[in-house]
Amino acid sequence: MAKVIDLDDVAVNEAEARSRYRWRIKVCSSTACDASGAGPAYRAVEQRVEEQGLEHDVQVVPTGCMGLCSAGPLVRTEPRGGQPTLFQEVNERVGADIVERHVKGREDLAEHQLDEGLPFFTRQERVVLSNAGRIDPERLEDYVAEGGYRALVSALRMRPRGLIETIEASGLRGRGGAGYPTAKKWGMLHDAVADEKYVVANGDEGDPGAFMDRAVMEDDPHRVLEGVTLAAYATGASKAFLYVRAEYPRAIKRLEQAIRTAKRQRLLGRNILGSDFSLDVEIRTGAGAFVCGEETALLASIEGQRGQPRMRPPYPTERGLYGRPTMINNVETLANLPDIVRRGPEWFRRMGTEVSPGTKVFALAGSLRHTGLIEVPMGLTLGEIIEEIGGGCPDGRAFKAAQTGGPSGGCVPASFRDLPVDFESLRQAGSIMGSGGLIAMDEGVSMPEVARFYMDFSQDESCGKCTPCRVGTLEMHRLLERICAGEGSHRDLELLEQLSRTVRETSLCGLGQSAPNPVASTLEHFRDEYLALLRDEPVGVAHG
Amino acid sequence: MAAPATDRRAQQDAHPSGDERFALLDKALKRARFEQDQLVELLHTAQEVFGHLSDDVLIYLARQLRLPPSRVLGVASFYHLFTFEPPGDHICTVCMGTACYVKGAEDVVRETSEAFDVPAGETTDDGRLTLWTARCVGSCGLAPVVVFDGTVLAKQTPQDLIAHVRELLAAEDAAAEEEAG
Repeated sequence: MAKVIDLDDVAVNEAEARSRYRWRIKVCSSTACDASGAGPAYRAVEQRVEEQGLEHDVQVVPTGCMGLCSAGPLVRTEPRGGQPTLFQEVNERVGADIVERHVKGREDLAEHQLDEGLPFFTRQERVVLSNAGRIDPERLEDYVAEGGYRALVSALRMRPRGLIETIEASGLRGRGGAGYPTAKKWGMLHDAVADEKYVVANGDEGDPGAFMDRAVMEDDPHRVLEGVTLAAYATGASKAFLYVRAEYPRAIKRLEQAIRTAKRQRLLGRNILGSDFSLDVEIRTGAGAFVCGEETALLASIEGQRGQPRMRPPYPTERGLYGRPTMINNVETLANLPDIVRRGPEWFRRMGTEVSPGTKVFALAGSLRHTGLIEVPMGLTLGEIIEEIGGGCPDGRAFKAAQTGGPSGGCVPASFRDLPVDFESLRQAGSIMGSGGLIAMDEGVSMPEVARFYMDFSQDESCGKCTPCRVGTLEMHRLLERICAGEGSHRDLELLEQLSRTVRETSLCGLGQSAPNPVASTLEHFRDEYLALLRDEPVGVAHG
Repeated sequence: MAAPATDRRAQQDAHPSGDERFALLDKALKRARFEQDQLVELLHTAQEVFGHLSDDVLIYLARQLRLPPSRVLGVASFYHLFTFEPPGDHICTVCMGTACYVKGAEDVVRETSEAFDVPAGETTDDGRLTLWTARCVGSCGLAPVVVFDGTVLAKQTPQDLIAHVRELLAAEDAAAEEEAG
């Protein structure tokens, strides 16, 4: 059997190897920067380093997402013992300049620099994304050098119960949307008695406008694996599944590779790190069905069936995959675990709010000057996120509303700029945290049109199992189409509100229950826009 | 020593057409140990190998996994990513995620559809271009996004995309002409 890996050894060797280089040039090679041309930029940097004979002085590192996708491709130079510099919109020519003029010639290249003093960077607090954009995701050594797998080492010395108590003390809540206390779920699986128990990582990020989990899986795959392993150890599961969207081929590839490496080093598989604990991990791919983010539908999909949800109870922790107790945790939730275990629950509690401790990753998009991936402490206000981090709407347009939670969430109007962004506050404002998509809309966007867009999504993604959702979302979409086309009546609006309630209260699963949210929230905050579109006068108004 | 059961099964039921692509599918089936719960994974493999899921392929999978064909079709048709028609030479997928939508993805779809006379979700009559829409490709910072033959194109206007496709098709025409001449 392979020797147990000595993590400290690996970290020391890695630090030594790094210190031999006078410069490290990190090139963002995430999906977004790739689309902006990071590939040619990376090759240009590498080629110049070689041409100039700098291979022994300069290390070129492909990394994951640095965050500010709208300014990509991003490149960061880090001189040994000096100040790092971030460059934006790096094409082949700028890439060559960075090597020849900046690294070799000590020029500033100020015109290509991106100020890391921007609130976009300084207001963030990175836990889940602490390695994203900093390490080479394909190297285990990089993760270990940043403290990776140390949490697993200390957890294996604890009793599973003790590990659950640690997570309970941290107050960690599920990052998939509902904010259920993680330790509570763990406790249920821990107490379930069965010959085999399962843990499932939910990486089926189906919300349009959300790509947080993709970043974690692509940019720091070992963090996800360590998180899964911790969850399995705490709950007594012997097999784990990673359910990943098929739309994320790079995430699948990186996770597959990370599993192989981890197994070789006995960080996964049989007798992990020489202990009695064994865990088998398998990847399952989705196939483009939003409803599979719902836990019982996800389980059906893993079993090779149509991804349709079923009634709960029994909850998956009682009867889940193949009829055995199963726990489903969101990828971001799992990615929080290594740091909580390593740095302690008190450290975690220092971030965020009393009831929503920690951070949240958001995919910031829409009408903003700075868009990309951010991680902020819970409880930051909507205004701070939109105006400071996102830089406000471009071209002097006025910010109108923020959409959170995708098709299950709602639109929070600009007047709520002091709203702290956490689970409870968002719910009170008529939206939900959701998995973390945050889309800014400016004055040019029609709110009934946004509601129609989401209803189109929900009616298309409704699995068809229960009638309220199958028929209700379809009818709601028809009504919204009519209203948006200026052909709707007051009676239509009334019907729309009535249907919203019916669909919410009688649908089988979360998809249907939350599908009316975009309608309800836009009606609550932007009712005038609906009324302005109606073709008739309100009933009962006297004409004189 | 007798051959393992799975090998025997694959040999007995090997596809009679002799199409070598089935051998690739067989390999995946073996790797999945013919487990029925691997159906979705195997459908992915089949679509990768054949480009789309024909009745023939679906029935083959059903037989190999000892599942009723209705179950295989039922599962395949449930998921958006599986397609039953062969796509065109080029696949143009316009992202319709929220960020892209807010930034005008609907116009990109409409104008592209008009320019090449192909409804969204279908393929041109000459079989050269398929126009699809996607739920969200997760590159929201670059909205509106189009995935053309697997490459992500950032910040696309309808004009950008139409010009890109026209150029590509014209270049192909020129190459074909050169070959013929």
